Amino acid sequence: MKILICISNVPDTTTKIRFVNDNTAFDTNGVQWIINPWDELALTRALELKEGSGGAIEKVSVISVGPQTSEPTLRKAMAIGADDAIRVNADPKDAYAVAHQLAEAIKDEGYDLVISGIESSDYNGAAVGGMLAEFLGYASVSSVSGIDFENGGFTVKREIDGGSEMVAAQTPFVAIIQKGVAIVPRIPSMRGIMQARTKPLKVVEGAVTDNLTEFVDYEMPPAKATCKMVDPENMKELVNLLHTEAKVL
Amino acid sequence: MNFELSEEQKMIRDAARDYAQRELITDVIERDYKAEYPTKHIKALSELGFMGMMVDPAYEGGGMDTVSYVLAIEEVSKVDASVSVIMSVNNSLVCYGIQKYGTEAQKKKYLPDLATGRKIGAFLLSEPEAGSDATMQRTTAEDKGDHYLLNGTKNWITNAHSGSVYLVIAQTHPEKKHHGINAFIVDKDTPGISLGPHEDKMGMRSSDTHSVMFTDVKVPKENRIGEDGFGFKFAMKALEAGRIGIAAQALGLASGALERSIQYAKERKAFGTQIANHQAIAFKIADMAVKVENARNLCLKAAWNKDNGRPFVIEGSMAKQYCADIAMQVTTEAVQIHGGYGYVKEYHVERLMREAKLTQIYEGTSEVQKIVISRNLLRD
Repeated sequence: MKILICISNVPDTTTKIRFVNDNTAFDTNGVQWIINPWDELALTRALELKEGSGGAIEKVSVISVGPQTSEPTLRKAMAIGADDAIRVNADPKDAYAVAHQLAEAIKDEGYDLVISGIESSDYNGAAVGGMLAEFLGYASVSSVSGIDFENGGFTVKREIDGGSEMVAAQTPFVAIIQKGVAIVPRIPSMRGIMQARTKPLKVVEGAVTDNLTEFVDYEMPPAKATCKMVDPENMKELVNLLHTEAKVL
Repeated sequence: MNFELSEEQKMIRDAARDYAQRELITDVIERDYKAEYPTKHIKALSELGFMGMMVDPAYEGGGMDTVSYVLAIEEVSKVDASVSVIMSVNNSLVCYGIQKYGTEAQKKKYLPDLATGRKIGAFLLSEPEAGSDATMQRTTAEDKGDHYLLNGTKNWITNAHSGSVYLVIAQTHPEKKHHGINAFIVDKDTPGISLGPHEDKMGMRSSDTHSVMFTDVKVPKENRIGEDGFGFKFAMKALEAGRIGIAAQALGLASGALERSIQYAKERKAFGTQIANHQAIAFKIADMAVKVENARNLCLKAAWNKDNGRPFVIEGSMAKQYCADIAMQVTTEAVQIHGGYGYVKEYHVERLMREAKLTQIYEGTSEVQKIVISRNLLRD
């Protein structure tokens, strides 16, 4: 069995967001890049499964679409424990392009389980996992909060209205995971960091893909409004504020 | 010049930061209060490879450089200096000392356990009457042919209880003064070793400190480090390297206090605005930041010199003295910025201030560092 984790290279969650070029591009100056938090949990769980599989899961790989500057993120994934990495050499344009390029890079590689985080913490598109499954022609399981490997097969826990359901999934399939698959992301050890130096990182050219979207304009969310206290006796004032300021009435 | 850290160095810094900010922070206040040893954290940090970072991978170490070590110690110390002193003694005194000066047999026997944290090391130099004046060793190591017989008392020993591999400095030839001193690797379970009570300290309370008594302790001859009479030089060499670790610890206390002060100054309001908008607070933050930046540069310079085979004694002493002194100043200012909240345990900075004080005292006081620096500069 082989597991592949799709990794998005995202700005550290404490990054101060700024835009350039007339608000049409994100300013990457001085940004610290990290593994997308959901992908990091997926990687952690995949490694736990591999370690507990008695050799049945032989390999955990990671893949990312991105320029050369995103390689430290893949190196870190290997320091955490991934066996090898693939970088698809292309700018990650939008969900469609990324899903297409991922699919082209892995369609002949025979991964049994492909895991994608529910979304990336920067653009929050939440579309790559589903699209990737379609491109590959694999089944997909969404809202995954747990993955287990028993008797040579995967069982997946899905969050549904009012509870959860367990799904036995035939390989190959794509799992779109959210929080819960692992409690905390694994911290790389010194040994892992040292071994990551020599683990294979394969670079493949990104497939030519259709340009379906473009970024027209970015804007910052409005500043958080301060809390206004209204006298409980003064309902008129409350209604007035809800109508004229909050504009919810 | 290149101030850019390598990708690996950044990964190590981030790994230490993640562990400190996620795990150490959860019980640091309680462990400080109860003076409780961080057993589970040392186990976890050992598994991550933080107990033998610079040890050769041939002896199961991390094979990392001193710069990486400084980065890791700083991150851990921002949250918990008790844990970082346990790390520092094991890494830069005990592992370093054995790796640098031990025989192949000694390295094979002791380094793998120490580098992986299966065993923890302690460095036994200080005595009731030999602190800064380390030449005045009263602990004796009598040469009995195939073994030495150790007698005496060591004071202020970090890891005395939790550790099981002791590096002991003792006098063999009193007439030769410090040229008669030897250093030994001693297993703690050797008969004749007993511990004094747990020291109730002002800070670093989660690390264990005891006095250690030796009564007719038999140490095999092969456990001596280096030639007969090499012990004092060995101790000084180990301390020269160890200083960089303590400098990094003091740096971490200062930078941790600065980070908390910046955060607090932006949250806390007084006179209708965030206190960060008051020049009295803003300028304090600026002064603290300059000191922290200077301290970090000194630390990294000393570490870089050591990694590149250049002399690092003066730089190490400068780093140790400066980092310790500014740690005291910066943590004190952090308490001032926090006002009343700074004086209670919940906001951490009072603990950082208590811990900073020790960095001016142990592994060579600030005054001893000035002796080292000035003697090196004024030597003809």
